[in-house]
Amino acid sequence: MTTTTTETTERVGLMMSGVTLLHADGENEVRALDDVSLTVRPGEFVAVVGPSGSGKSSLLAVAGGLIKPDAGRVQVGDADLVTASKRDLATIRRTQIGFVFQSANLLPALTAIDQLRLPLTLGRVAEPRDPMQMLEEVGMADRADRRPHQLSGGERQRVGIARALMTRPRLLLVDEPTAALDSKRSQEVVALLAREAHKHGVATVMVTHDRDVLHHCDRVLQMTDGKLAPVDEV
Amino acid sequence: MFLALRELSFARGRFALMGSVVALIAVLMVLLSGLSVGLVNDGVSGLKKLPVSSFAFEAGVDESAAFTRSMVEIDKAEMWVDVPGVADAAPFGLTLVNTRTDRGVDIDLALFGVELDSWLLPTAATGSDLSGPGQILLAGTLADEGVAIGDVVVVDQIDKELEVVGFVDGQHTFGHVDVGYVDLSTWQEIRAGARPGDEVPNHVYRWVTAIAVLNEGDAEPDVAAADEMAGTTTMTLEESFGASPGYTAEVMTVQMIQWFLYAISALVVGAFFTVVAIQRRQEIAVMRAMGASTGYLLRDSITQSVILLVVATAVGLGIGLALGAGLSATEMPFALYPSAVAAASAFLVLLGLVGAAFGVLRVTRVDPLTALGASR
Repeated sequence: MTTTTTETTERVGLMMSGVTLLHADGENEVRALDDVSLTVRPGEFVAVVGPSGSGKSSLLAVAGGLIKPDAGRVQVGDADLVTASKRDLATIRRTQIGFVFQSANLLPALTAIDQLRLPLTLGRVAEPRDPMQMLEEVGMADRADRRPHQLSGGERQRVGIARALMTRPRLLLVDEPTAALDSKRSQEVVALLAREAHKHGVATVMVTHDRDVLHHCDRVLQMTDGKLAPVDEV
Repeated sequence: MFLALRELSFARGRFALMGSVVALIAVLMVLLSGLSVGLVNDGVSGLKKLPVSSFAFEAGVDESAAFTRSMVEIDKAEMWVDVPGVADAAPFGLTLVNTRTDRGVDIDLALFGVELDSWLLPTAATGSDLSGPGQILLAGTLADEGVAIGDVVVVDQIDKELEVVGFVDGQHTFGHVDVGYVDLSTWQEIRAGARPGDEVPNHVYRWVTAIAVLNEGDAEPDVAAADEMAGTTTMTLEESFGASPGYTAEVMTVQMIQWFLYAISALVVGAFFTVVAIQRRQEIAVMRAMGASTGYLLRDSITQSVILLVVATAVGLGIGLALGAGLSATEMPFALYPSAVAAASAFLVLLGLVGAAFGVLRVTRVDPLTALGASR
């Protein structure tokens, strides 16, 4: 298994230990996650690679409080995701966790600047970032009034990253951010992710197929049949 | 509100389409409401304007045709006056006749026969009050149709002549026919088919259509006991509307159309918001993953449907009222009552919301997991 460094609670972005997730596949029970342990420090940018169906998405779902594991502990900041109620999970996702989705998944009705305002309307946010400043940070200030269909794939992904950071989350979960991008845009987007993770001290977990972007990451892990293992050569 | 308003403006074409359907239904609602009130007025406005609490008809009379069938002895009025809680009771005659004025205007009339000193008799708004046999006091609306004071109205077949002495104010109709007040004895002669100069047998003067009863204030007389005692069947004024020709059928037809419209509107709005919710599934999943609570998503979608319904209904209401103002000026039986129109509009919005709720509730069933790439 992987890292077992003992961090103090304040220094933990994400802490998963002994996490097992089962799901039924016909009559068989498949271990989507098999005794997975993973700790990500604030500001650390970790990539998880692996073939489809290896459990990468399950890892994000469990770390993001979207599914509860069948065994193990999951902690984001000082919030325990396993014991939290459904309602509390929504609050934890809203305030502590940022998601960056495959194709950005922006809302078609909203302009870039409104995409960033949206997370702040969902409920009380302790220290919201300034939407315009955030857009500037991802190089999209001049596109503030454009809607998603007026943006390129790379631009949409930049807005998606900015949106995920609006509430100053402890943990940023990134799902195949380069799936819809050419290699130049892929490099730019992942470089941006690395920069934001380091700058804001956000523990970041990125799931990807794309081995060409791994050199931006602090650490790379390999997922195989629900098991997580470190990869040495980056 | 944040998202609801931005989506309304972004997808304005789609929402405008839906809004027009609701607005058109609202227009139809206003017109039907006007027609319904108009038909009611046309059917029973003459009765509504009588200062009457109830009518005592012949015992066991067919209630849907009481005014045309009932025959009550005139002296039962005295029996009714003595009933506790009854302020006054007076004989009342009603019959429908075809007439023609001496200037050649054909008019159908509902003749209301009342005693000259009766509390049932209205005062004239123009001309003079009814003061003797052979006179007639007409509904004000007839003045617009070429009838004037001093004209003589001739009852078809029996050639009975009635002199127009005045008009009462406003619309007085019964069964879509204008009302004319005549002296009770004159009414009894016409009802008996007596021609001028005929020898009228005494028994003709013993019968009237009903005894009109006026209660004392809010008193509720023991109607069953009084009916038993006097040998009558009593209907309240409102109940007696059903005895006006065609009244029940007309009111029911219009009401049925209105109910269908409400149902159609609720279903159409429901279908629309269901489709919108299905189309937004991915968006909703993303918002849920971002931590949007069910309450937030419901509030947002419901705000959207309220805005759509209220704006569309208001627009429809405006168009309907404008059209209605035009219709009121025509021969159509059409009258808009603010309370009826307001109730219809509120109901349209309310039922639309019930429909929308069915679509909107789908947002609660979206799994945030679908926001993540493929399956786990």
